[in-house]
Amino acid sequence: MDKLTPKTIPVPDHPAAAAAFQADAERANWHDQALWFIREKRDVASKQTPDWELLRETASQIKEHVLAHLDELLIQFEEKARENGIQVHWAADGEEHNQIVLGILRQHGIRKLVKSKSMLTEECHLNDFLAAQGVEVVDTDLGERIVQLAQEPPSHIVLPSIHKRKEEVGELFHQHLGTEKGASDPAYLTEAARQHLREKFLSSDLAITGVNFAIAETGGLVVCTNEGNADLGVHLAKVHIACMGLEKIIPKAEDLGVFLRLLARSATGQPITTYSSHFHKPAPGQEMHLVLVDNGRSTHLGKKDFYKALKCIRCGACINTCPVYRRSGGHSYHHTISGPIGAILAPNLDRQKNADLPFASTLCGSCTHVCPVKIDIHNQLYLWRQVLAQDGQVPKAKAVSMQAMATVLANPKVYRLAGRSGRFMLRWLPGVAQNKRLNAWARQRDMPSPPKESFRDWYLKNRKTK
Amino acid sequence: MSSRQAILDRIKENKPAAPAPWVKPPFQVPLPQDRLALFQHSIGAAGSVGVLVPDLVSVGIYLQERFMSPDRVVNTVAGVGFGRDVSTAILEKEALAQVEVAVVAGVLGVAENGAVWVTEEQVPVRVLPFLCEHLVLVVRQQDLVGTMQEAYANIKVDATGYGTFIAGPSRTADIEQSLVIGAHGPKRMHVFIIQSEL
Ligand code: SF4
Repeated sequence: MDKLTPKTIPVPDHPAAAAAFQADAERANWHDQALWFIREKRDVASKQTPDWELLRETASQIKEHVLAHLDELLIQFEEKARENGIQVHWAADGEEHNQIVLGILRQHGIRKLVKSKSMLTEECHLNDFLAAQGVEVVDTDLGERIVQLAQEPPSHIVLPSIHKRKEEVGELFHQHLGTEKGASDPAYLTEAARQHLREKFLSSDLAITGVNFAIAETGGLVVCTNEGNADLGVHLAKVHIACMGLEKIIPKAEDLGVFLRLLARSATGQPITTYSSHFHKPAPGQEMHLVLVDNGRSTHLGKKDFYKALKCIRCGACINTCPVYRRSGGHSYHHTISGPIGAILAPNLDRQKNADLPFASTLCGSCTHVCPVKIDIHNQLYLWRQVLAQDGQVPKAKAVSMQAMATVLANPKVYRLAGRSGRFMLRWLPGVAQNKRLNAWARQRDMPSPPKESFRDWYLKNRKTK
Repeated sequence: MSSRQAILDRIKENKPAAPAPWVKPPFQVPLPQDRLALFQHSIGAAGSVGVLVPDLVSVGIYLQERFMSPDRVVNTVAGVGFGRDVSTAILEKEALAQVEVAVVAGVLGVAENGAVWVTEEQVPVRVLPFLCEHLVLVVRQQDLVGTMQEAYANIKVDATGYGTFIAGPSRTADIEQSLVIGAHGPKRMHVFIIQSEL
């Protein structure tokens, strides 16, 4: 097979979008700092938790077990949930998911609803679909409401409006909520949103939520928020629809003891989210639905090198720590889920459209290091590059250097030699190694000063002279 | 039903081999005598005011000193002796939205993060702890545990239709990462710990 000849398939350009983000240097630096601040809070929280590594390993093992028994656990969950009075629906893809939601709305003659954070409904493009059907959808998470008013997708799975400055939020709220022109104080703007959304909560008959965990053993689901918006929405509505990807199942309630210790600490450095709500039965007089969505997950499960990405609990830690994400912004990933985890999930859905994303990484491994369920994220990024190279779906500039790379990595002797000449090149001909036209990332990065000897060179020399 | 079967069939065909069985290791837990101090630290860090009191009546006295009129307080805990008892009139959506303070009993408190487990058995309607401006939770010292793992070992999540861990007043940091206390739920929170012999 002619593996290494790149075909010219046009791919969207993450580096170009990142360059556009970098054009506003002040904003790019601020974005970088804001995310690093959260990463540091995560570090402190993890260090303060005894057995942190043991928790990660346990969470990882539980998720491995889940994926190996996913069909049985889903059946068990469905049966228990039905016994609890929850109506369970199965959707093969986003389209079917949206139709199911619309069907429930129609059945009740409901034309407006409140929705708390759900990346799954973003993945299914539910808002656009319902808007086209004349249904008013109000996102109630503050960050999601901000991007909804701005008519943008979230740029981060946990912090949807992390790319927005407070002045921009002030202007949006001035236009839509009638706050004072020029006001940008976060406390003032949050209070305005609280009042605006309070009215929406009180007047909505239907609430949609996401799901953080679904418990097979008990047929219930857990939703975590800091704002209390999921609970306010659900408890004031007649109908609750929870939407979840298949992989959110966990075997037992006791497993939550592990996951809830990890989730918020990894996400924002808090020891737990303000609310961790467990829904098992609808309230008296209420109706509760659950939509289980596949949308490519059952196919993804069969990919030996990539299925472990389905262990993700969507904490966002890998995103906060990623040097490329922090300097390129979530929208440069042109996928619902941005950052390192998005870059390994996206190609499963559309390899050609997302062929640039596994290259939006330095492979530094920081993502893997912080992931609470120990997904081998940077390794998968690297493996995706190989798959894409075989497909010929490699951004052109990358393809040239990858051609050499593939040979080099296949042979340890050549690899060592290349390492030596690479170090030589960096020291003596930095202009060549840092050719910014060939290496898009070098445009924003200074290459590190190379060590004079690799560890292996040093070791061999010193062993001989001994 | 057709999507259901197709999805399950595909999973069955594609799922990875089961990993070797994993025995959950023992985890470190705070010593029982350290739970109270750790819990107090955690609720403070989460933005609540923690108050250690000898008995339930002391909760009522404390509230009376700060909220002169019992009309603004909805009390669901027998023995507190201050505030309005829950009536059907209060349970209308609109009336509930006017409630300023709600006093609710917690089943169990978690020292490592300050979370308190509240189920629908403790509240007349599920929305009460979310709709009030100021939430007052009452938990017994003897019902404190160290970690979330200990918490789940002590509760049965499906004993009722709904239960939640509440760890502080509602909060958001969605505007430039500035922490604002009081997002959609309560803006203030007290946690009363009823002292007991260990
Ligand atoms: S891949 Fe890991 S670190 Fe990233 S969002 Fe998922 S669970 Fe969190």
